[in-house]
Amino acid sequence: MRRPYFVTHLLKDLRLEWRSKDAINSMLCFALLVVVLFSLAFDPTRESSRQIAGGILCVATMFASVSALNQAWARELRHLVLDAQRMTPAPAASLFLGKVLANFLFVTVVELILTPVFIIFYNLHALGNGWLLALVLPLGTWALVANGTFFAALSIRTRNRELLLPLILFPLFIPALLAMVLGATAILTGESDPVLWIKLLAGYDVIYTTICLLLFEIVLHAE
Amino acid sequence: MPITAQLETVSKLYGTFAALRKVSLTLEAGCCYVLLGENGAGKSTLLRILAGLLRPTYGTITVLGTSPQEARARIGYMSHAPMLYEEYTAAENLRYFADLYRAGPCLSPEDALRSVGLDPALTRPVAQYSQGMRQRASLARVLLSQPELLLLDEPFSNMDIGSAHQMLDLLARIKAEQRTIVLTTHQRELAEPLADSLITLVAGSVNAVVDKARSTTVNA
Repeated sequence: MRRPYFVTHLLKDLRLEWRSKDAINSMLCFALLVVVLFSLAFDPTRESSRQIAGGILCVATMFASVSALNQAWARELRHLVLDAQRMTPAPAASLFLGKVLANFLFVTVVELILTPVFIIFYNLHALGNGWLLALVLPLGTWALVANGTFFAALSIRTRNRELLLPLILFPLFIPALLAMVLGATAILTGESDPVLWIKLLAGYDVIYTTICLLLFEIVLHAE
Repeated sequence: MPITAQLETVSKLYGTFAALRKVSLTLEAGCCYVLLGENGAGKSTLLRILAGLLRPTYGTITVLGTSPQEARARIGYMSHAPMLYEEYTAAENLRYFADLYRAGPCLSPEDALRSVGLDPALTRPVAQYSQGMRQRASLARVLLSQPELLLLDEPFSNMDIGSAHQMLDLLARIKAEQRTIVLTTHQRELAEPLADSLITLVAGSVNAVVDKARSTTVNA
């Protein structure tokens, strides 16, 4: 049986990133800097760490991801590869899905490296169910990456695309960011139940991913 | 002779600037059309409209009996840029595109590369290719899907004379397979032996059509 088109796109992006490591290196450097600088600037106690750690982790990931998402379509734009992809009979949604999955894996790798550093610098110990972070972080990351990849494609033909992407993305991402931060804080402090935030993130992901998949063909072929 | 593409009073506007003005052309199957004109004459815009990558502002266009967007998979488009990932080798690029074209007839990446005189075992990435090799790799990507209509934007640009003649021989073989070729060039003398028709564009309009087979010249 032939593999689906989105797997072809995904494998291509993974191979290209494996050779260059552009996205992962830039994201990792940026996120580590944010985490270390915040730790030095606030010198948080164990108690205050639990209150702010969720927010800092999410914001560090978000800013780091945007720097990489801005470059998400750079390889396709260079030398007009995107036009060659538009000429193929493969559906546009598969190109989008492959790109989102690749970006999701890149950000997840950064988070996996960042989390132990974060725990050490902020002297963290979750008072709630720590394993629920394994739901909150991927769901929040997917929300960021799916929207970010879509809006990066939307802004590729504009002159100020580096500026435009965060301007469009952040307002739409606020509900997911709040759910991600509040969910992570609830898990770290153990003061409230994070399930509501996890459900909200899951709902947000389903709705926005569906909309992006449906609209991507229009965005791809827009002049 | 069957008609491959038909354009009727096609215009393309970018704001108030007209890149194409009321272009009407009929392209017959198995013929080679050479688009001539200065920079900004509208040659590349015309090719992109035929490829379905741009929509005309006015006018109608039919390619292979349908709209260019519907016919995209049966059209091969080669731009002045290689349209390949620079970090990949030519064979890796072609394997990727072959996978995307698998729904229709498709050459093997190795055969496509051999047909343009490139070694499929070459391990250098496209970034390290000479301009001539990039052009040939790009043409191999076009040939992969065995298109009925080939649209080639400046296929001889930045090529030495030897590579340009190799490219010309290859295009002559493709034409002999009854496939339609539309190419743009500034090197008229190079493309003329291959051409059935020379179309000159001036400021977005068809200025002259020289039909070599019928020995006729039409000034628009």
